[in-house]
Amino acid sequence: MAETKLTHRAEAILIGGSTGSIEVLLRLLPTLPDPLSFALIIVLHRKNTADSTLANLLSLKTNSPFREVDDKDLIKPGTIYLAPADYHLLIEQDKSFSLDDSEKVNYSRPSIDVTFESAADVYGSSLIGILLSGANADGTKGMQAIKKRGGLLVAQHPDTALVGYMPQQAIENTTVDHVLDVAGIIEFLNSVNTA
Amino acid sequence: MIEEEEIDLLLTDLIEVHGYDFTHYSRASLKRRINRLWQLDKFPSFAELRYRVRSDTDYLKRFVEEVTVNVTEMFRDPQFYRALRNDVLPTLAAKPFIRIWHAGCSTGEEVFSMAILLNEANLLHKSLLYATDLNPEVLETARAGIFAMAPMKQYSENYILSGGKNDFSIYYTAQYGYVKFNSSLSEKMVFSTHNLVSDQSFNEFDLILCRNVLIYFDKALQQRVLTLFDDSLGPLGYLALGAKETLKFSTLQATYRQLAGEKIWRKQS
Repeated sequence: MAETKLTHRAEAILIGGSTGSIEVLLRLLPTLPDPLSFALIIVLHRKNTADSTLANLLSLKTNSPFREVDDKDLIKPGTIYLAPADYHLLIEQDKSFSLDDSEKVNYSRPSIDVTFESAADVYGSSLIGILLSGANADGTKGMQAIKKRGGLLVAQHPDTALVGYMPQQAIENTTVDHVLDVAGIIEFLNSVNTA
Repeated sequence: MIEEEEIDLLLTDLIEVHGYDFTHYSRASLKRRINRLWQLDKFPSFAELRYRVRSDTDYLKRFVEEVTVNVTEMFRDPQFYRALRNDVLPTLAAKPFIRIWHAGCSTGEEVFSMAILLNEANLLHKSLLYATDLNPEVLETARAGIFAMAPMKQYSENYILSGGKNDFSIYYTAQYGYVKFNSSLSEKMVFSTHNLVSDQSFNEFDLILCRNVLIYFDKALQQRVLTLFDDSLGPLGYLALGAKETLKFSTLQATYRQLAGEKIWRKQS
């Protein structure tokens, strides 16, 4: 049988991170293909104040449309979305966002688990979950949910993360398909939906 | 984990047996809330959960209270309160009487925040604050004006950031880990159950606050509720929504003007 190069197809890619993940995003965003062939949804643990400095900082690093999510925004391919501070970010079956200000999950709002689990329900196997640096176990249950629905998992290599705990938890508790350093994650993201 | 079809069964029961309509709530959030309650209350199967909700009216109260979200705080988003203080209240000051509606007030923290603003603007004596919620239980808490002591430090900081000049503690007395807000603040409050899904307009208001409630509704229900608010606002009345809520998907967009940088809209004419 001829060997075929594996390319992953995805309608949406989720990136979750906490301590040490903003630095990774600042490196990663400028290297993304333009235009993007998928929707990119970013969930970061952040201060619970509604200021736009993080959104401004990240949006400067990309030419793709970038927005901090408003309630009921439709998810469009090619667009990068950031979960707003102090709300959980959920995804509806019609591929629009809903916000939720209920209790913190894993001491966090937004919680990575909440978004990842909700997205897994909607996108099934057409979803990729990426977990970056962080000092919290948030994200592991979300990664498990994505796996269960046939999606693909990527974790930042814990040794290359500022804090390896978050990706390490996912690696220990589910089957992560690719454990990569930042350069590897960049290469991976550029291979999605090609050929 | 609950299946979509099971959610449909439960929602149909809630309408048919109890008259609560959750069918136009944001489905993803509702599903999460039901799953959370299923785990908390350790139902061995969906059938048991469904049976309790159908037949046990005490449990129904718990179900409605837990499935809806009752998170609230005082002076949340201080710059929002600063805008109320500086840009909204002065335009209402000339009125002989000020009517305010807190729709979906939960345990009342925002109502007390508003009463403090009105008090400091010397307007409380001629104001009436209507505060409504779907849950009778949370209204009991609001009516009592008794809250946990623990978050007061945060609230006090929020209050100062909103432009408050007093020592926040003059507004309450503390005892045994709780605080009770002064009755001079609550004297102008009227608490009542009101369901935004099924109830009608009940008065005309100068300001309606409904923050972080619409996020739990789908677009169709949001439009219904916004129309209800439109019907309930007098000319040049104000509508205040949560930090990530918007009129952009609604027909009200055309006849309301947004205050710069804030989630406050003013009805034109």
